[in-house]
Amino acid sequence: MSSAVVDFDDALAAFDPVLGLEVHVELNTASKMFCGCSTAFGAEPNTHTCPVCLGLPGSLPVVNAKAIESAIRIGLALNCKIADWCRFARKNYFYPDMTKDFQISQYDEPIAFDGWVDIDVDGETFRIEIERAHMEEDAGKLLHLGGTTGRIGDAEYSLLDYNRAGTPLIEIVTKTISGTGSKAPQVAKAYVSFLRDLMVSLDVSDARMEQASLRCDANVSIMPKGTTTLGLRTETKNVNSLRSVERALHHEICRQAAVLSSGGLVQQETRHWHEDGGYTTSGRLKSDAEDYRYFPEPDLVPVAPSREWVEELRATLPELPNLRKLRLQGDWGFTDLELQDVVNAGALDVIEATVAAGASPQAARKWWLTELARRANEAGVELAELAITPAQVAEVQGLVDAGTVNDKLARQVIEGVLAGEGTPAEVVARRNLAVVSDSGELAAAVDRAIAANPDVVIRIRDGHLQAAGALIGAVMKEMRGQADAAAVRELVLAKLA
Amino acid sequence: MSELLRAGAAELAGRIATGEVSAREVTAAHLDQIAGVDDRIKAFLYVDGKRALAAADAVDAKRAAGEELGPLAGVPLAMKDIFTMKGAPTTCGSRILEGWVPPYNSTITDKLLAAGVVVLGKTNMDEFAMGSSTENSGFFTTHNPWDNTKIPGGSGGGSAAALASFEAPLAIGTDTGGSIRQPASVTGTVGVKPTYGATSRYGVVAMASSLDTPGPCARTVLDAALLHQVIAGWDPRDATSINAPVPDVVAAARHADVAGMKIGVVREFGGEGYQPGVEQRFGEALAVLEGLGAEIVEVSCPHFDYALAAYYLIMPSEVSSNLARFDAMRYGLRVGDDGVNSVEEVMNLTRGAGFGAEAKRRIIIGTYALSSGYYDAYYGSAQKVRTLITRDFDAAFANVDVLVSPTTPTTAFTIGERADDPLAMYKADLCTIPSNLAGNCAASIPCGLADGLPVGFQVMAPALADDRLYRLGAALEAELTSRWGGGLLDQLAESPSGAYLNVGGVR
Amino acid sequence: MALTPADVARLGELARVRLTEEELVHLAPQLDVILASVARVAEVAGADVPPTSHALPLTNVFREDVVTESLAADAVLAGAPSVEDGRFRVPRILGEEV
Ligand SMILES: [Mg+2]
Ligand SMILES: [Zn+2]
Repeated sequence: MSSAVVDFDDALAAFDPVLGLEVHVELNTASKMFCGCSTAFGAEPNTHTCPVCLGLPGSLPVVNAKAIESAIRIGLALNCKIADWCRFARKNYFYPDMTKDFQISQYDEPIAFDGWVDIDVDGETFRIEIERAHMEEDAGKLLHLGGTTGRIGDAEYSLLDYNRAGTPLIEIVTKTISGTGSKAPQVAKAYVSFLRDLMVSLDVSDARMEQASLRCDANVSIMPKGTTTLGLRTETKNVNSLRSVERALHHEICRQAAVLSSGGLVQQETRHWHEDGGYTTSGRLKSDAEDYRYFPEPDLVPVAPSREWVEELRATLPELPNLRKLRLQGDWGFTDLELQDVVNAGALDVIEATVAAGASPQAARKWWLTELARRANEAGVELAELAITPAQVAEVQGLVDAGTVNDKLARQVIEGVLAGEGTPAEVVARRNLAVVSDSGELAAAVDRAIAANPDVVIRIRDGHLQAAGALIGAVMKEMRGQADAAAVRELVLAKLA
Repeated sequence: MSELLRAGAAELAGRIATGEVSAREVTAAHLDQIAGVDDRIKAFLYVDGKRALAAADAVDAKRAAGEELGPLAGVPLAMKDIFTMKGAPTTCGSRILEGWVPPYNSTITDKLLAAGVVVLGKTNMDEFAMGSSTENSGFFTTHNPWDNTKIPGGSGGGSAAALASFEAPLAIGTDTGGSIRQPASVTGTVGVKPTYGATSRYGVVAMASSLDTPGPCARTVLDAALLHQVIAGWDPRDATSINAPVPDVVAAARHADVAGMKIGVVREFGGEGYQPGVEQRFGEALAVLEGLGAEIVEVSCPHFDYALAAYYLIMPSEVSSNLARFDAMRYGLRVGDDGVNSVEEVMNLTRGAGFGAEAKRRIIIGTYALSSGYYDAYYGSAQKVRTLITRDFDAAFANVDVLVSPTTPTTAFTIGERADDPLAMYKADLCTIPSNLAGNCAASIPCGLADGLPVGFQVMAPALADDRLYRLGAALEAELTSRWGGGLLDQLAESPSGAYLNVGGVR
Repeated sequence: MALTPADVARLGELARVRLTEEELVHLAPQLDVILASVARVAEVAGADVPPTSHALPLTNVFREDVVTESLAADAVLAGAPSVEDGRFRVPRILGEEV
């Protein structure tokens, strides 16, 4: 099954990897690309279908305007040129998940082309050139039954649900990416991650890899160091998570290096990524027989976006995620590592809002990445879905800064807010959490601790000041934590001075 | 009874509207005629008398209730079996679709039903509209009412034969390379290919999408105009349909006047390969028009010589893609599903068994013409020829109002005569194809008989100037009818060779 | 560039039309004649002539992104050769998913 591989470092010592990434993004339009059927996920099979998306004889497609808008906005965000005039084309091939046995796609006239994006990996910037972003339709879903594995290879028959057929897709294709060396897998992962964030910020797609609304096909070839001839490439499919993008490329580079090093030849083929085992298997050979017989789609007239329309759409672009990250990193003074943690935790938005509500960036980062991240994790929800607002987190930090609560009490405040007990101030009042600042009560507690621990007192008086910890601990215990430890220490030392 | 069959659609609609005759009587008369003569003609693949009578009753009820009726309410119509209609099988003349009942109506079906037109049934055609004789139907060949040994034209031979045998006063068809005009020509009926995009293709099973044009078929120019008015207009479900008002074709048909009209005769259409009788009738028709005050000039459209070649690349290319969906997965025929054969094998077997010879020929040619390495020489060059033909039309229409030619080089040929000579068969559409490639409108009007068989006069007008077809057509028809003492089909009805139609002696 | 029966068979596989030996032998010379006759399109149009894909010069025909009613599930499956669990049942697929 899994083929021989060489060590990644050995592979990179001998070969340079060259990548090409094709990312399919399902748009979040309400209706399908060419008909009015709903794109909603999870309906009963074949209930979101009509003559058009079933490809019934006589039916005709009509383009969804919102899909065109989204395509243009994606193109603009990827620094692409937008075609003055372009056509849809038919890509002809027989497969039961395509109701017409051709896919309406774009061929030599994509709506967006010649773009680029800059991707950062460990402080190094890589420019990824975009060849094209074009529009097409998704296929139906196959279920393979019978046999033992439920996989296509030994199934006895298959069942088809065409609810997804005709969902609008944007396919984003890079030019060849070279010069990334050993970072190739990380660059690919960072690029796909960038696209995911971009789609969300443009509000054109849910971009969820686990639901296949963002899918990546990874082309890779390797060339012996010092040469410039591209090797034959493989196209790895079924790469369904960011982690898989990195792992699959890592594996495929090692596998190809093993093939070449042992005197073999890499086959030009598709390969299937197995997430569980972490390997790829051979799929379909890409031969001359693969002839899609593209021609302009006669049922659809050309798309010719006016320059005014394109500029109107450009004005709707939000701040792009990578630029926003750079801006926030500068504003907040975070290190690369700190920012990466924030991004990985998906905490950028909540921290920005918490800072806006008055907390310091470091304090906001601390709360969201520790206590709140833990609670979100326990509850299995996103940070933003927790029952506490960024403004309330800022308020908690304000209570700490004012000395009203210490860090330990602040966590109890948060617990109270999450439990629905009210605002942070209300929780403090209701749970009687405020630090005791009444010096008479504190002084009495200190006196009792001194009296109860004569041996400790002797040691402190002998100059072992660290022994004060035992007295402070005793006082804090008596006060049930509701005292300022620093103030207690001061009082203890003063009394024994 | 036969008097109801000889009447035109306009007249029938008028009499139904006044209550002089009921829609039910009219429909029943036509159903009886079908029952009486269709064994011989074989125009219909499917007749639903119950449904037709119910539709007729609905019109009668509407009239009884004092509601206003449309201009064709209660008039029976024969529908080419390429239009979808809920509850009625649609086969396109192909075994691969046998038994398929579409779950939706074509836009034109909706318009016809809304207008109170009574659909009698579905008519025979060459498989998926590919042919000029109906011999390529997967079910049977339709016979020409003028001479049952002759072809009725194609692909809309069933619709044309239904008109000429008085089984229906109206029919609709589709014209991709001449499939309305050529059958009209060889059956002595009127057939119009409207401007591409003037009539919706939604629900019309595609043959060659960039060429297919639904249109009206009738026995008179006015009837065709009335039907044109009902079925034409913008359709948001067809992205290639034109969002502009339909020219007033009915007014044009009533305004039969060609005085001052400049008519261009296409020099390239004539001479070798044209039956002398056809050229003779065509020349006489020109003289008639000149006599009515039209100016006749000769026009050259040099690239029309390449039209047939371009058409036989563009059309099969689109066919190869459009017919891909008949793959045994979702509807229609499935062959070889034995639990062992793969999906690919089942597709191969089904399509091998379900398609006829002509469909296979065109699918293979189209697959070849689109394949990489051949695309530029074949499909790409053909599309350039399309540009040149459009330019020829533009240049011609800069100087003349309409262009004219014989509709077909010959009258109806004998069944079987060209069955295994595709190139000879393709030549039947020599004169009709340029208008499909350029998208402009054209019509065929009967202009007499040659060797006892009808000859058609083709008129071509610029895109969106469909009214000119009717204006000229009505003028020619009026003059010829008055010379002949009746329409061309009246000659058939009254002649001994048409006696079997049982409609003689009423006018 | 004579088309051989083997060429026609290959085109038939590409187009998923199984042709019998008899058909192949019959079709190959016929298609040859047709292709030879249509090849003349390449003679006439120079590089400066733009191709026409659509008869009329329409552009930008769109529909609004509005959900409309789908077909009833039974109507969707009514014409299917084989159905299971609300889905179209099809023979086993040998090729990999594309
Ligand atoms: Mg694609
Ligand atoms: Zn749909």
